[in-house]
Amino acid sequence: MRADASMLGAAISLRGVSKRFGAVLAVDDVDLDIRRGEVFGLIGHNGAGKSTLFRMMLGLLPPSAGTLHVAGVPVSGGDARAVRRAIGYLPENVALWDNLTGLETLHFFARLKAVPAGECAPALAKVGLEAAARRPVREYSKGMRQRLGFAQALLGRPQVLFLDEPTTGLDPQAIRAFWDTLSTLRDQGVTMVLSSHILAELQHRVDRLAVLVAGRLQALGSVEQLREERGLPLTVSLRLAEGDVRAAEQALTAADACGAVAVERTAEGLRVRCPHSTKVAVLQALAPLGSRLLDVQIAEPSLEDLFFGSPERWTR
Amino acid sequence: MIEMRQISAVAAKEFRDRLRNRWVLAVALVFAVFSLVITYAGGAQQGAVGLRSLEFTIASLVSLVIYLVPLIALLLGFDAIVGERERGSLDLLLALPLTRTELLLGKYLGLAGALALAMLAGLALVGGVLVRNFGADALYHYGGFVLSAVLLGLAFLSLAVLMSVLARDRTRASGLAIVSWFFFVLVFDLLLLGALVGTGGRYGGEIFPYLLLLNPADVFRILNVFSLDEVRNIHGVAGIALQVLGDVRVLGAAMLAWIVAPLALANWRFKP
Repeated sequence: MRADASMLGAAISLRGVSKRFGAVLAVDDVDLDIRRGEVFGLIGHNGAGKSTLFRMMLGLLPPSAGTLHVAGVPVSGGDARAVRRAIGYLPENVALWDNLTGLETLHFFARLKAVPAGECAPALAKVGLEAAARRPVREYSKGMRQRLGFAQALLGRPQVLFLDEPTTGLDPQAIRAFWDTLSTLRDQGVTMVLSSHILAELQHRVDRLAVLVAGRLQALGSVEQLREERGLPLTVSLRLAEGDVRAAEQALTAADACGAVAVERTAEGLRVRCPHSTKVAVLQALAPLGSRLLDVQIAEPSLEDLFFGSPERWTR
Repeated sequence: MIEMRQISAVAAKEFRDRLRNRWVLAVALVFAVFSLVITYAGGAQQGAVGLRSLEFTIASLVSLVIYLVPLIALLLGFDAIVGERERGSLDLLLALPLTRTELLLGKYLGLAGALALAMLAGLALVGGVLVRNFGADALYHYGGFVLSAVLLGLAFLSLAVLMSVLARDRTRASGLAIVSWFFFVLVFDLLLLGALVGTGGRYGGEIFPYLLLLNPADVFRILNVFSLDEVRNIHGVAGIALQVLGDVRVLGAAMLAWIVAPLALANWRFKP
């Protein structure tokens, strides 16, 4: 079976995918296209169906209904080996073999992926493990194991990378190096599917994301699209001298049309929540304060606000 | 389509892992020490210590192998698959261009290589002693004994891998391994004898020898009883089967079936 026209340009395509475990419907009728070269985030609470969907995309679990294509090849009933040659996978908890060295571990994966052994040492260097290449994995820290897991995922230059909670256990420097590597891979046109609980990490790095709730795809789009769709207010933080707080409150109340939905006092002054569309009106209302307004900071709703702020927003 | 390259990659990793963690060395030492002790002290109950006849030595070693080899093989293989599943490395392996059958066969062959090497290294010392005392002819008989012992190990390893596929976690897999050791090594013959004596030999007398083929430990015992005249007189239960199961090819085929069948069943059950 070949990919149909709607899948052209899609690195991953899901049509009506469901997975049932006995009476539990873990994934419910998911339709999804992930474009080639896209960095795609998959978010959801524990038990939302993320892992099940991930495992189905990897071909580890057959769907109860629907079809999945990865790199244009059907995952179930197709050439599973061809799919797996096109992908790299980094699981959340990287479990490797303690008695092998880092280099031996990569040699093992390289043999299975039919990658020349000569690519192993550069792969280790890419994740900063060249000095530990000949040390047994049992001596590796959790972060080093995670980096070794990332190195094996990169072997063979995969077209699609599946990264499940990829920064777990990494120190800040390694996290930065990890995102730099992903940025390079993105420039090379590699498609990446990421799941992460550290939503702040994802929001500036994914092209689009999907929110799963109780197995259903509840939202899909870029972070900006989701912000707009959900209509969450942005936050304007004002730093004022103590005597000017009341004047600022009065200015906002007088300019009723500015649309501020909440005004609250803080240690530094005021915090104003307002719809994105009335941001300028709020600032205009504060204009009479002039230089008495010491500082203004405007914060868009974060992915955390979108995801955790109001769970009922994600139910249809 | 099965790719041998993938199987050999997994087997080589598994074999290296067992060498590296000194499992092979430890098991070889256990075999060497026990087999030497039995070779020299096997006749202590009869009031004689020291090397006796070739037949007597092999008969003593048969008992050692029947207790020790199944236990070691079961311990080696019980977590082959369930261990990877519990650690979380199974998903990582199966997300590679590797089929479940290739993984299973690779695991089995790697472990089988480690088990065979440990047994051969451990039993080689006694082989040397026997050749020195009884000449090169001893090597023929002893070689047959060692080969059948290795086949016994491979049969129980195959059972262990099946348990590893069937069990939900390592605890259950280890429980299954222990229960099967008790069943095949201690209980099976008692059940058969009990049934035979309980019915006064009226029922099943004809099929009784063939029922011994349902236990790889008994197949091993018969194989070694069959090869040596003096030994035939020592073993009771296996002796009965000799008239019927006198063909070493039948016994060899039974042992091979005990290696292949559990593995085939494991492969059938090893599904997502």
